[in-house]
Order: sequence, then structure tokens, then C-alpha cells
Amino acid sequence: MKTKKIIPIYILVVFACVVALFPFVFTFLAATHTNSQIYQLSYAFRLGGEFGNNLKSLSESFPIWRNIGNSILIAGIYTVLVLFVDSMAGYALAKYEFKGKNLIFSLCMMSMFIPTQVTMIPLFVEMTSFQMMNTIWAVILPGVASVFGVFLMRQNMTGFPNELLESARIDGAGDFRIFFRIVLPNMKSALASLGIVSFVNQYGNFMWPLIALNEKEKYTMPLVLSLMVQPGYVIDYGAVFTGTVLSLLPVLIFFLLFQKNFVDGMLAGAVKG
Amino acid sequence: MKKTLYRKSVPYLFMLPFLAFFLVFLAYPIVFSLALCFGKYKAGKLTLTGLNNFRFILTDPIFYKALGNTIVMMAIQVPLMTFLALILASFLNNPNLKGKGVFRMIVFMPILLDSVSYSIVFGNFFNNENGLVNNVIRFFGGEGLPWLSVGWLAKLVLILIITWRWTGYNTVILLSGLTSISNDLYEAASIDGANGIQKFLHVTIPGVRPVLVFCVINSVNGMLQLFTEPYLLTAGGPVNETLTIVQYLYQKGFKSFDFGVASAGSYCLVVLIGILTYIQLKVTKEEQA
Repeated sequence: MKTKKIIPIYILVVFACVVALFPFVFTFLAATHTNSQIYQLSYAFRLGGEFGNNLKSLSESFPIWRNIGNSILIAGIYTVLVLFVDSMAGYALAKYEFKGKNLIFSLCMMSMFIPTQVTMIPLFVEMTSFQMMNTIWAVILPGVASVFGVFLMRQNMTGFPNELLESARIDGAGDFRIFFRIVLPNMKSALASLGIVSFVNQYGNFMWPLIALNEKEKYTMPLVLSLMVQPGYVIDYGAVFTGTVLSLLPVLIFFLLFQKNFVDGMLAGAVKG
Repeated sequence: MKKTLYRKSVPYLFMLPFLAFFLVFLAYPIVFSLALCFGKYKAGKLTLTGLNNFRFILTDPIFYKALGNTIVMMAIQVPLMTFLALILASFLNNPNLKGKGVFRMIVFMPILLDSVSYSIVFGNFFNNENGLVNNVIRFFGGEGLPWLSVGWLAKLVLILIITWRWTGYNTVILLSGLTSISNDLYEAASIDGANGIQKFLHVTIPGVRPVLVFCVINSVNGMLQLFTEPYLLTAGGPVNETLTIVQYLYQKGFKSFDFGVASAGSYCLVVLIGILTYIQLKVTKEEQA
């Protein structure tokens, strides 16, 4: 009885998985076809031999290795800054009482309801006056004060045993030493989660980099790909899909290696519910 | 004395980097943008113009078009996706299902593809002439459709692809809520003679309510901020049929460089998000009481 009921569930779940995976498979296969082959059904499900040519025409129109480098560099620096800045703030909110704490807390809460589009014009004006427009810093700096990140770290640090902090203090360790030597090493999984979300979000960031960067050499991968499919231009889908594969690979490898942290991180905001 | 002063300053030192970033790149821009709502910004100078920007927006038919499109797509996409995610999550929660971990991982994968990449892939699938979807339709003897150049079809495509990308993510969130429902409740319901659908309505849904609320609020906010997909697939077309609020703001802010109007528009979005979040929280609170 029970096994009979489970079969349709298997069928539906497998169907959902096929739907989820198909565009990935198609993308990888399409990267090995010419532009005109991609438009033909008979090529959709087999491997072609055009990947090399596609890569060549892609790197002729964009400094593609540099663009991937930009993407990784921007997402990497951003992630390090977020982890450093937000974990320190989260620690202060979790383990210290100080004047203005409640004010800071409520300001942070309020800012979470403001969509990022509100800040884009002021950021544009600001970045122009800092002369940071069209540099990686224009993309990196605005998101570093991530309220989500601070709350996530605070939530994880609140439960850290006070006795440990006290005994370290009695042993003569300073506050920053305690934080970097004792607290942070115990926060590896929270840091991994926040790090992964930060990296992936920045890596796929589109709207703000579209405004902030305006030179081929400075572009990140999403900008390169979006320029290749501009309406009104001839689109070489062979090259586009090759670019998509190159852009996807780092994230995919990351995901397969750190699957658990990855899912935890992307769900971190939801866990508290 | 010196020591206590240092002790008192420690938490502020920990907060300092965050506060610096927060003030420069978040708090100040939010206030600056609020000021821009009520003025014109030219050559680095702000001249106040009262409510003119709001007057312009609230009489601009294109703004209403964008608002309508955004709300229509949200009102269809969010329930559709939430429903699918809830069903899929309750399937995955079945204690007799083997390989749950692998299934969970696979349905989660669509959000690995960044918003630009997946828009491009689906743009190709739904190509008006020889996209994969039309090719498959023709293979089965049907006629291809001009997916991206008819208003309602283009909206449908956007709804479908957003659902593709986010259903798995919401499934995994809901699944974490489902696993916290005790199996005893289901057994008790079975003993009382409840069928599958009744169990779903009276045990599953109340059990995941807090997580469900989180999913819905997040999805609504995401849909209200829709930009990349219509920007790449339809450029807002045909004739503004898929223009969204954020695309409208982008055009006003960074194509016509009308900072005042764009800021006023972005605050209209803030108000809209605020109202909808409030309603959703209120509705769920009342139901719980």
C-alpha cells in the first residue's frame, strides 16, 4: 500500500528535478554548437565540437579572462570586507551593552525595508565625487554594511558561552584578541554561510555594476553577457552560451564542494522564520 | 580611570567599521534620496520644487503602466510559485521517499545561475522564431508563438522563468519548516479519518505558517523590484507591456538623468513595499489569533 502511493511522488519529484536541471544541460551543450545550430531542435540534445571556436570569438569581442577575473576579484574583496566588518558589529551587538545600541539596532531594522534602488542615485553622486566611478570600489563598497550580515552574525554569537570570554579576560587577553582568537574560530560555519551568500550575490550583481562600470576592461561577467544580447544587435548565441558556462563554472564548483554551507547560507535569512 | 574609558569604548571600536560604511553608503544615501524627492538636482545643486516630482509621477501614464504590470505579474507569480513550492516540499518531506538529499540539492540549483545568465538562456528558449520552445511545439505539429512580442505572452514568459528560478529555493525553505511538524499530528489526523488534502490544509499549512509568511513577503518584495529579466528579455516591450517599476526608475534616473523624479518614484516603491508587508503581517497575525 505504502510503496504504491510513493511511486507517483517519485515521478513528480524527478520531473521537478529534470525541469530544474534542463537549462543547465542545454547551456553546456549549446556552448559546443554554432549560433545557427542552437536554433535547431536536432542539435539541442547532443554534444558539438564548436566550443573552441566559440571561446575564440568570445575572447575576440571581450577581454573575457579579465572580465572573469574582475568578477572574482570584486566578489572576493567584497566577501572579505563583509565578513570582517559585519562579524565585528555583530559581536558588539551580541556581547556588549553600550549607549546607542538600541538606536543602532532600530536604524538597521528600518534600513532593511528600503529597497536598494532608493540609494542608487545618491550612490552615483557620491561615487562620482569620490572619483571612484568605473573602479571596482564603486561596486564593492556600497554593500559592505550588510544589515543582514550583522544580524546573522549577532544571532550566531549571542549563544557563545560568556564563561569562556570571562576566563580569557582573566587570563589577560584583550577584547580584540578574544574576538579574533577565540570567538571567530568558533564561528566557522556562520562565516562560511555569510561568505557564500555574499560572494554569490555580488558575483551575480547586475543593476548597480551596470550603472557604476562603463569600460570593457572593467566589466564583470553579468555585464559582458548582457551586452552580448542587446536588443537590436546580432546575437552570437554560441559565444553567449560559452560565456555563460565560464561565468557559471566557479559558482557551480563552489556549490558542489560546499553544498551544505551553501544551502545553509542561502537560507540563513529564513532559518529564524 | 583610563582603563574604564577604554572599556567603555571597546564596543564602539567593534562597531566603528560597520557604522562608517552604514552612514556613508546607506544612511546618508537614504536621506539624500528623500531630499531629492522634493527638488531638482543639477550640476551638484539641489533646488527645491515642492511636490512637483510626485505630481509628475502620479500623472504619468507610463508610471501607472509600470505599476500595473508589476502588480499583475506579482499577483500571479507569487501564488503560483508558493503553491508549487509547498506541494514539492510536502512531497520531499514524505518519510518513505529515498534520496531526499539529492533531490533537495537539485531543486535548489536554479538560483546558482545568476539573473543575467538565466535570462539569456530563457530568452533563447522563448525566441520568437526558432527558440527551443517553438521548435518543440512545431515538432509536435503546432504553430510557434511570438512569445516576446505580444504583451500577455511576454508577461507569461517572465512569470514562468521567475518561477523556474525561485521555486526550488522556496521549496527548501518550506521543507525546513515542514520537518519541524511532528509526525504524530499526521498520524492523529489519519486516525480521525482525514485524507491527504485535508491533512495538507489542516496540518501542513498551519505548521509552516511562519516560514510561509517569510517566503511570501520575500517573493512579493522581489517581484516589486523586478528589473533584470524584463531588461534583458523584452526591454520593457512590446510597447511598455512588461515595463516594471524599477525599469521605470532606471530610465528616469540613468537614461534621462532626472534624479528628482527617480527618487520620488523610488520612495513610492518604499511606500508600496511598506503597505504590502504590513498587510501580510497583519493578515497572518489575525489568522493566528
